[in-house]
Amino acid sequence: MTIKQISVFLENKSGRLNEVARVLASNGINMRAFCIAETTDFGLMRLIVEEVDKAVQALRDAGFAVILTDVIAIHCQNQPGALSKILESLAQEQIFIEYMYAFAQSERADVIINPNDREKCLRLLQEKHPDIL
Amino acid sequence: MIWNKSKECMSRDEMTDLQGKRLHKLVELVYHNVPFYREKMQALDLNPEDIQNIEDIKKLPFTTKQDLRDNYPIGLQAANQSEIVRVHASSGTTGNPTIVGYTRRDLEIWKECSARAFTAYGVTRDDVFSVGYGYGLFTGGLGAHYGVEYVGATVIPTSTGNTDKHLRLLRDLKITGIACTPSYALYLAEAMERNGMSREDISLRVGAFGAEPWTENMREEIEARLGLQAYNLYGLSEIIGPGVSYECQCKNGSHISEDHFYPEIIDPDTLESLPYGTTGELVFTTLTKTGMPLLRYRTKDLTSLINEPCECGRTNVRMTRIIGRSDDMLIIRGINVFPSQVESVILDMPEFEPRYMLVIDRINNLDTLQVQVEVRKDYFSDELGAMLQLRKRLADKLKSVLSISADVRLMEPNSIPRSEGKSVRVIDKRQLK
Ligand SMILES: [Zn+2]
Repeated sequence: MTIKQISVFLENKSGRLNEVARVLASNGINMRAFCIAETTDFGLMRLIVEEVDKAVQALRDAGFAVILTDVIAIHCQNQPGALSKILESLAQEQIFIEYMYAFAQSERADVIINPNDREKCLRLLQEKHPDIL
Repeated sequence: MIWNKSKECMSRDEMTDLQGKRLHKLVELVYHNVPFYREKMQALDLNPEDIQNIEDIKKLPFTTKQDLRDNYPIGLQAANQSEIVRVHASSGTTGNPTIVGYTRRDLEIWKECSARAFTAYGVTRDDVFSVGYGYGLFTGGLGAHYGVEYVGATVIPTSTGNTDKHLRLLRDLKITGIACTPSYALYLAEAMERNGMSREDISLRVGAFGAEPWTENMREEIEARLGLQAYNLYGLSEIIGPGVSYECQCKNGSHISEDHFYPEIIDPDTLESLPYGTTGELVFTTLTKTGMPLLRYRTKDLTSLINEPCECGRTNVRMTRIIGRSDDMLIIRGINVFPSQVESVILDMPEFEPRYMLVIDRINNLDTLQVQVEVRKDYFSDELGAMLQLRKRLADKLKSVLSISADVRLMEPNSIPRSEGKSVRVIDKRQLK
């Protein structure tokens, strides 16, 4: 399914990640998944949280540059080869992944995907892997 | 309209000839009457006879603000005290103020130049003109006052301070022109709106603004809010006061009264003369003053000169908008860099907030320039590639303007202090080592 991802712009200096976590925690917001993309001097922290609007407000109030992006969340079996099957069928249809990240808990893995063509990607997944959305 | 066609529309040859003759007389005057200049010229092995035409000016010594301070109060005065009929003083933020004595002739010259300015703005005897510059030691009030009066308009010496009364006079006396600082003009516009007045309630049609740097954006805003045509009025008390240069209806550079004030542009570092069109420090020689004449006074204002005939018909050289102060100049890898150049690039790109910080350092004996900017909220991207692209676009533009490459740093919102003074925009770590 399509979900809202929060992206936070961060300068590469110590304590900034911690500050994001602190702001969310003090507002009682749980982070479900995150990843960090960085260059030598700045980075983007991408977050999946439960209360998106509240999180965005809290982070903006704390002075962070925050934007929302639509991404696709899928669940697959936490076992070898599960993800590769899905990625293969995307590649066959010329859908490329701008970035993705995942986190696993016991037998299930949640994967966040930002493809170059989200609509097409969703259609394809619905067709070929309806169980994972 | 042109106040003095014979002087404002002179051919270049005639002007050069006149300037040369006046320079020779000036040098004779200061050589014999101002010990400071005599000693400086003697040290350079120069006689007044060595200065015959305007090109010879390059042989003469410069005068700085510090020279004026060192010779406080009247060490640079060329006239006897009995010939001085007026004194103005510029506020010194540090150290001694600068005292400028005017002879009767100096005041005539000043009035003439000021009248040229107001005529260029289209002011006539039919105008009712409010002078909202401070009257007093500062030259703004009286300088504009005498020019407007000489043109024949009605002068209202409102001066500064009483905004409510100023607004009432604007409305009730149907004042058509105003001279003040551009920031005061904006303040007046705000006060007007606060008092429930609109531009329809007043009759302003022309404004003369100066005494502080302003931008094309401010011009647009002032014109829209006060319903007038806004023109630049430039001057400095060390030279004479407002009227040294002024815009015409073309609003494309300020014409310099160069028959009285000879302009040069120099490299503030090497002190070499720069050609027309090149940005550098503006230098004036007062060709005709007799009270406190100055040779090659360094204004510290950064601008360039245009020597092309203007559509208005005037031939006098124009100076472009002042882009900053030479005190702010940085030398990075041997190249002159002005923070205002960086500023103009950033202001041109809507993706960035209009503030910046320059950090200069020396790493392995190589100067480095870092430009810190904040990306505007609406232009953030979730993709690293897009952000890197944006950074590269700014870096490329900076490189083409500065001729040296800068390391652009994208910063978090509000991490750069709002610019209040120039000093906070630059951190030069080289001085700390
Ligand atoms: Zn003109």
